Amino acid sequence: MTVKEIAEKCAFKILNSAESADAKEVRSVYCCDLLSIAMSRMSEEAAWVTVMSNMNTLAVASLTDVSCVILAEGVAVEDNMLAKAKEQEIALFSTDLPVFEAAMMIGKALGM
Amino acid sequence: MSDSIKLNYQINDEDFTRAGEASGDVKKRLRQMGCSPEVIRKVAIAMYEGEINMVIHADGGEINVEITPEDITMVLKDKGPGIPDIEKAMQAGYSTAPDNVRALGFGAGMGLPNMKKYSDEMHIDTVIGEGTTVTMKVYQ
Repeated sequence: MTVKEIAEKCAFKILNSAESADAKEVRSVYCCDLLSIAMSRMSEEAAWVTVMSNMNTLAVASLTDVSCVILAEGVAVEDNMLAKAKEQEIALFSTDLPVFEAAMMIGKALGM
Repeated sequence: MSDSIKLNYQINDEDFTRAGEASGDVKKRLRQMGCSPEVIRKVAIAMYEGEINMVIHADGGEINVEITPEDITMVLKDKGPGIPDIEKAMQAGYSTAPDNVRALGFGAGMGLPNMKKYSDEMHIDTVIGEGTTVTMKVYQ
Protein backbone atom coordinates (compact mmCIF):
# COMPACT_ATOMS: atom_id res chain seq x y z
CA MET A 1 0.00 0.00 0.00
CA THR A 2 1.34 3.43 -0.87
CA VAL A 3 1.91 6.33 1.50
CA LYS A 4 -0.93 8.24 -0.11
CA GLU A 5 -3.35 5.32 0.30
CA ILE A 6 -2.39 4.84 3.96
CA ALA A 7 -2.87 8.52 4.73
CA GLU A 8 -6.29 8.53 3.07
CA LYS A 9 -7.44 5.31 4.68
CA CYS A 10 -6.36 6.45 8.16
CA ALA A 11 -7.58 10.04 7.63
CA PHE A 12 -4.25 11.53 8.67
CA LYS A 13 -3.84 15.26 8.29
CA ILE A 14 -1.28 16.05 5.59
CA LEU A 15 1.53 18.32 6.81
CA ASN A 16 3.75 17.68 3.83
CA SER A 17 3.33 15.60 0.75
CA ALA A 18 5.38 15.24 -2.41
CA GLU A 19 4.73 13.14 -5.47
CA SER A 20 7.90 11.14 -4.91
CA ALA A 21 6.94 10.46 -1.28
CA ASP A 22 3.26 9.71 -1.92
CA ALA A 23 4.07 6.86 -4.25
CA LYS A 24 6.41 5.07 -1.82
CA GLU A 25 5.33 1.68 -0.55
CA VAL A 26 4.60 1.17 3.14
CA ARG A 27 5.49 -2.34 4.28
CA SER A 28 5.64 -2.04 8.05
CA VAL A 29 4.79 0.25 10.94
CA TYR A 30 7.20 1.29 13.68
CA CYS A 31 6.78 3.21 16.96
CA CYS A 32 9.51 4.71 19.13
CA ASP A 33 10.47 8.24 20.16
CA LEU A 34 14.08 7.64 21.09
CA LEU A 35 15.95 8.45 17.91
CA SER A 36 18.93 6.12 18.34
CA ILE A 37 16.67 3.14 18.93
CA ALA A 38 14.36 4.08 16.07
CA MET A 39 17.30 4.58 13.73
CA SER A 40 18.73 1.20 14.60
CA ARG A 41 15.49 -0.76 14.44
CA MET A 42 13.34 0.78 11.73
CA SER A 43 13.27 -0.92 8.40
CA GLU A 44 13.17 0.85 5.10
CA GLU A 45 9.67 1.55 3.87
CA ALA A 46 8.24 1.71 7.38
CA ALA A 47 5.57 4.14 8.49
CA TRP A 48 7.07 5.73 11.62
CA VAL A 49 4.64 6.85 14.32
CA THR A 50 6.15 9.16 16.93
CA VAL A 51 5.47 12.17 19.15
CA MET A 52 9.02 13.43 18.68
CA SER A 53 8.44 16.47 16.53
CA ASN A 54 11.69 18.20 15.59
CA MET A 55 14.33 18.51 12.90
CA ASN A 56 16.16 15.43 14.14
CA THR A 57 13.07 13.31 13.52
CA LEU A 58 13.34 14.24 9.85
CA ALA A 59 17.10 13.61 9.79
CA VAL A 60 16.51 10.09 11.11
CA ALA A 61 13.60 9.53 8.70
CA SER A 62 15.78 10.57 5.80
CA LEU A 63 18.82 8.53 6.85
CA THR A 64 16.78 5.36 7.33
CA ASP A 65 14.59 5.79 4.22
CA VAL A 66 11.30 5.29 6.02
CA SER A 67 8.32 5.89 3.76
CA CYS A 68 6.53 8.43 5.94
CA VAL A 69 6.37 9.97 9.41
CA ILE A 70 3.13 10.25 11.40
CA LEU A 71 3.14 12.66 14.34
CA ALA A 72 0.65 11.32 16.89
CA GLU A 73 -1.18 12.93 19.81
CA GLY A 74 -1.64 16.12 17.78
CA VAL A 75 1.85 17.33 18.71
CA ALA A 76 2.79 20.78 17.39
CA VAL A 77 5.04 21.17 14.36
CA GLU A 78 7.40 24.08 13.93
CA ASP A 79 7.72 25.97 10.66
CA ASN A 80 11.37 25.01 10.19
CA MET A 81 10.39 21.35 10.39
CA LEU A 82 7.73 21.79 7.72
CA ALA A 83 10.23 23.60 5.52
CA LYS A 84 12.74 20.78 5.95
CA ALA A 85 10.15 18.11 5.16
CA LYS A 86 9.28 19.98 1.99
CA GLU A 87 12.91 20.41 0.97
CA GLN A 88 13.71 16.74 1.56
CA GLU A 89 10.40 15.49 0.14
CA ILE A 90 9.48 13.56 3.28
CA ALA A 91 5.81 12.63 3.67
CA LEU A 92 4.73 14.04 7.03
CA PHE A 93 1.32 13.48 8.60
CA SER A 94 -0.41 14.35 11.82
CA THR A 95 -3.16 12.74 13.88
CA ASP A 96 -4.77 13.40 17.26
CA LEU A 97 -4.75 9.64 17.95
CA PRO A 98 -2.30 8.18 20.49
CA VAL A 99 0.74 6.38 19.07
CA PHE A 100 -0.64 2.87 19.55
CA GLU A 101 -4.01 3.61 17.98
CA ALA A 102 -2.44 5.35 15.00
CA ALA A 103 -0.06 2.44 14.51
CA MET A 104 -2.86 -0.09 14.86
CA MET A 105 -4.85 1.73 12.22
CA ILE A 106 -1.91 1.56 9.82
CA GLY A 107 -1.38 -2.09 10.70
CA LYS A 108 -5.01 -2.88 9.87
CA ALA A 109 -4.74 -0.99 6.59
CA LEU A 110 -1.70 -3.15 5.79
CA GLY A 111 -3.66 -6.30 6.62
CA MET A 112 -1.62 -7.15 9.71
CA MET B 1 35.40 4.23 -8.50
CA SER B 2 39.13 4.09 -9.22
CA ASP B 3 40.25 7.01 -7.05
CA SER B 4 39.49 7.71 -3.46
CA ILE B 5 37.19 10.60 -2.57
CA LYS B 6 37.96 12.75 0.44
CA LEU B 7 35.31 14.85 2.17
CA ASN B 8 35.58 17.29 5.06
CA TYR B 9 32.76 18.55 7.27
CA GLN B 10 32.81 21.10 10.06
CA ILE B 11 30.24 20.31 12.74
CA ASN B 12 28.90 23.37 14.54
CA ASP B 13 28.40 23.49 18.27
CA GLU B 14 24.93 23.20 19.76
CA ASP B 15 23.35 23.09 16.32
CA PHE B 16 20.94 20.21 16.59
CA THR B 17 18.86 21.47 13.72
CA ARG B 18 21.75 20.96 11.31
CA ALA B 19 23.06 17.73 12.76
CA GLY B 20 22.59 15.07 10.13
CA GLU B 21 23.55 17.23 7.18
CA ALA B 22 27.05 15.77 6.94
CA SER B 23 25.86 12.16 7.18
CA GLY B 24 23.00 12.99 4.79
CA ASP B 25 25.50 14.34 2.27
CA VAL B 26 27.72 11.25 2.52
CA LYS B 27 24.67 9.03 2.12
CA LYS B 28 23.65 10.89 -1.04
CA ARG B 29 27.14 10.57 -2.53
CA LEU B 30 27.37 6.85 -1.73
CA ARG B 31 24.00 6.33 -3.37
CA GLN B 32 25.15 8.18 -6.50
CA MET B 33 28.25 6.00 -6.55
CA GLY B 34 26.10 2.90 -6.54
CA CYS B 35 27.12 1.52 -3.14
CA SER B 36 24.97 -1.23 -1.68
CA PRO B 37 21.98 -0.15 0.44
CA GLU B 38 23.40 -2.07 3.41
CA VAL B 39 26.72 -0.19 3.25
CA ILE B 40 24.90 3.13 2.89
CA ARG B 41 22.69 2.39 5.89
CA LYS B 42 25.65 1.40 8.06
CA VAL B 43 27.62 4.53 7.15
CA ALA B 44 24.61 6.84 7.56
CA ILE B 45 23.69 5.55 11.02
CA ALA B 46 27.25 5.32 12.37
CA MET B 47 28.12 8.79 11.13
CA TYR B 48 24.88 10.44 12.29
CA GLU B 49 25.36 9.06 15.80
CA GLY B 50 28.90 10.40 15.75
CA GLU B 51 27.74 13.79 14.55
CA ILE B 52 25.15 13.98 17.31
CA ASN B 53 27.70 12.93 19.93
CA MET B 54 30.01 15.74 18.80
CA VAL B 55 27.22 18.31 19.13
CA ILE B 56 26.01 17.00 22.50
CA HIS B 57 29.32 16.43 24.23
CA ALA B 58 32.04 18.40 22.48
CA ASP B 59 30.68 21.64 21.02
CA GLY B 60 31.14 20.24 17.54
CA GLY B 61 34.28 19.26 15.70
CA GLU B 62 35.47 18.00 12.35
CA ILE B 63 34.67 14.91 10.29
CA ASN B 64 36.87 13.59 7.50
CA VAL B 65 35.52 10.88 5.25
CA GLU B 66 37.47 8.86 2.71
CA ILE B 67 35.65 6.67 0.24
CA THR B 68 37.62 4.03 -1.65
CA PRO B 69 36.43 1.00 -3.62
CA GLU B 70 37.32 -1.14 -0.59
CA ASP B 71 35.85 0.81 2.30
CA ILE B 72 34.57 4.07 3.80
CA THR B 73 36.62 5.58 6.62
CA MET B 74 35.14 8.23 8.91
CA VAL B 75 37.37 10.15 11.29
CA LEU B 76 35.46 12.27 13.80
CA LYS B 77 37.69 14.62 15.75
CA ASP B 78 36.56 16.91 18.56
CA LYS B 79 38.12 19.09 21.23
CA GLY B 80 35.60 18.08 23.89
CA PRO B 81 36.10 16.89 27.46
CA GLY B 82 37.20 13.37 26.51
CA ILE B 83 35.60 10.10 27.65
CA PRO B 84 36.65 9.15 31.21
CA ASP B 85 35.46 5.54 31.02
CA ILE B 86 35.16 4.15 27.49
CA GLU B 87 33.90 0.78 28.69
CA LYS B 88 31.02 2.43 30.51
CA ALA B 89 30.29 4.75 27.59
CA MET B 90 30.05 1.71 25.31
CA GLN B 91 27.33 0.12 27.48
CA ALA B 92 23.90 0.24 25.86
CA GLY B 93 21.67 2.53 27.91
CA TYR B 94 24.45 4.47 29.62
CA SER B 95 24.15 8.17 28.86
CA THR B 96 25.49 11.46 30.17
CA ALA B 97 23.33 13.56 27.83
CA PRO B 98 21.73 16.57 29.56
CA ASP B 99 17.95 16.96 29.91
CA ASN B 100 17.59 19.50 27.07
CA VAL B 101 19.11 16.95 24.70
CA ARG B 102 16.94 14.12 26.00
CA ALA B 103 13.89 16.25 25.28
CA LEU B 104 14.89 16.14 21.61
CA GLY B 105 14.80 12.35 21.54
CA PHE B 106 18.46 11.67 22.25
CA GLY B 107 20.12 10.28 25.36
CA ALA B 108 19.01 6.67 24.93
CA GLY B 109 22.58 5.63 25.61
CA MET B 110 22.78 4.00 22.19
CA GLY B 111 25.11 6.41 20.39
CA LEU B 112 28.46 4.66 20.79
CA PRO B 113 26.85 1.18 20.79
CA ASN B 114 25.19 1.99 17.45
CA MET B 115 28.46 3.34 16.07
CA LYS B 116 30.18 0.08 16.99
CA LYS B 117 27.31 -2.04 15.71
CA TYR B 118 27.13 -0.37 12.32
CA SER B 119 30.84 0.00 11.61
CA ASP B 120 33.13 -2.90 10.75
CA GLU B 121 36.03 -1.35 12.65
CA MET B 122 35.94 1.33 15.34
CA HIS B 123 38.73 2.89 17.31
CA ILE B 124 38.46 5.58 20.00
CA ASP B 125 41.37 7.84 20.98
CA THR B 126 40.46 10.05 23.90
CA VAL B 127 42.42 12.37 26.19
CA ILE B 128 40.66 13.95 29.16
CA GLY B 129 40.45 17.70 28.73
CA GLU B 130 41.80 17.58 25.17
CA GLY B 131 39.32 15.72 23.02
CA THR B 132 38.27 12.54 21.31
CA THR B 133 38.90 11.08 17.89
CA VAL B 134 36.70 8.24 16.73
CA THR B 135 37.74 6.35 13.61
CA MET B 136 35.18 4.10 11.97
CA LYS B 137 35.48 1.93 8.89
CA VAL B 138 32.71 0.31 6.89
CA TYR B 139 33.74 -2.29 4.29
CA GLN B 140 32.26 -2.00 0.81
